Amino acid sequence: MARASTCHVATRKGLFTIARGASSWSVSRVNFLGDNCTLAVPDPRSGTLVAALNHGHFGVKLHRSRDGGASWAEIGTPAYPAMPDGYVPKMTFIGKPIDWTLRLVWALAPGGADQAGVMWCGTMPGGLFKSEDGGDSWTLNRALWDDPLRELWTGGGAEYPGIHSICVDPRNADHLVIGVSTGGTWVSRDGGTSWRIGGKGMRAEYMPPELQFEPNAQDAHLVVQCAARPDVLWVQHHNGIFKSIDRAGSWTEIHNVRPSAFGFAVAVHPRDSETAWFIPAVKDEKRYPSEGRVVVNRTRDGGKTFETLTKGLPQEHAYDLVYRHALDIDDTGEVLAFGSTTGSLWVSENGGETWQTVSLNLPPIHSVRFER
Amino acid sequence: MPTVRFTDNIQRHVECPTRQVDGVRVREVLDAYFRANGRARGYVLDDQGRLREHMAIFVDGGLIRDRHGLTDPVPADGIVDVIQALSGG
Repeated sequence: MARASTCHVATRKGLFTIARGASSWSVSRVNFLGDNCTLAVPDPRSGTLVAALNHGHFGVKLHRSRDGGASWAEIGTPAYPAMPDGYVPKMTFIGKPIDWTLRLVWALAPGGADQAGVMWCGTMPGGLFKSEDGGDSWTLNRALWDDPLRELWTGGGAEYPGIHSICVDPRNADHLVIGVSTGGTWVSRDGGTSWRIGGKGMRAEYMPPELQFEPNAQDAHLVVQCAARPDVLWVQHHNGIFKSIDRAGSWTEIHNVRPSAFGFAVAVHPRDSETAWFIPAVKDEKRYPSEGRVVVNRTRDGGKTFETLTKGLPQEHAYDLVYRHALDIDDTGEVLAFGSTTGSLWVSENGGETWQTVSLNLPPIHSVRFER
Repeated sequence: MPTVRFTDNIQRHVECPTRQVDGVRVREVLDAYFRANGRARGYVLDDQGRLREHMAIFVDGGLIRDRHGLTDPVPADGIVDVIQALSGG
């Protein structure tokens, strides 16, 4: 298994590809300069790269490259069906009904290794779309959309609920787990034909006491799955860190995390389900690194203990916040990268022990994804 | 026949030359234009066929009123301008 040598960094002002040179990483290509690139995801099955753009006035678009980013073509965009006549959407947490229109592409995930062309797309407001032709066309998953509990999803930090995590089980691509902010975790065992909400154990202390353990009220910020042991999932949640060892059947809260259990990003080692990385921030309306120090928390014992990794990271007056998709790990489990809202980008080639600064001057970073 | 003109800013995404098309309502005029330029539709209208939130349409210099149904009338020699609804600083 080769170490990653290319990484795609989606930012508020374009898509930046960084590549490893003889001894360091640097920007090797820029696409869509000036445009808001919210996500870019490589598909290791086909070698294609799909980028999501949010043009504001002109809406959300998807583009695909078949040559590593040298050229691009616009592909299909997920579209919501017409709202049925007479249908009255439920009111949400913030007093606004959910509109059936695409607001943001928030997750893109290739299907299984045996599902050429299948891609999944999570959106705001809470849509899960599937493509069977590499993104040329998309269909809304009605089983999830029509679930009465879906109507109770609500916005977390955003106005609308969104699907940000799509985990495709490498053993069986019909086994799916998705994460919703705010709507907890959802599980399908039949490729999306039917869904059930994830089990209990997550806790939302910001809710009224009777609702704090309600699975559909949980603000999961990101869900990641261990490739070698896919029954193990980690969640960075608005309220803390949670782990499941039974494919979201139940969740266990991880306690005593310093400097903070709040954050957005999480990465799990692809071969060791007990090793995971987090980037803590002061909870929850403050959202900056504790004491102005950028640190990475790593557990290597399933969350019993954490090491706070700092070598190469700024330790004074640093106010970098790391969004949920802006941390990634390669297939070896040794190379990690993360980027911040203030345009800083760091890479580690030794599991987070030390970090190399790639740039401190990029635009605000939405997502970081290694080429696989 | 009405004339449809588009903001310069859309041109780098999808070419939208000024054209004359049939129609007596904004919806009909746009549908006629998008029949020959399908990709432009998604840049102007959302997935429910409504005018995008931050777009604006003028007919002969007047802002249209029906942003969802696009039922505002268009004179036979009318000018339809599709622009960005710029706001803020």
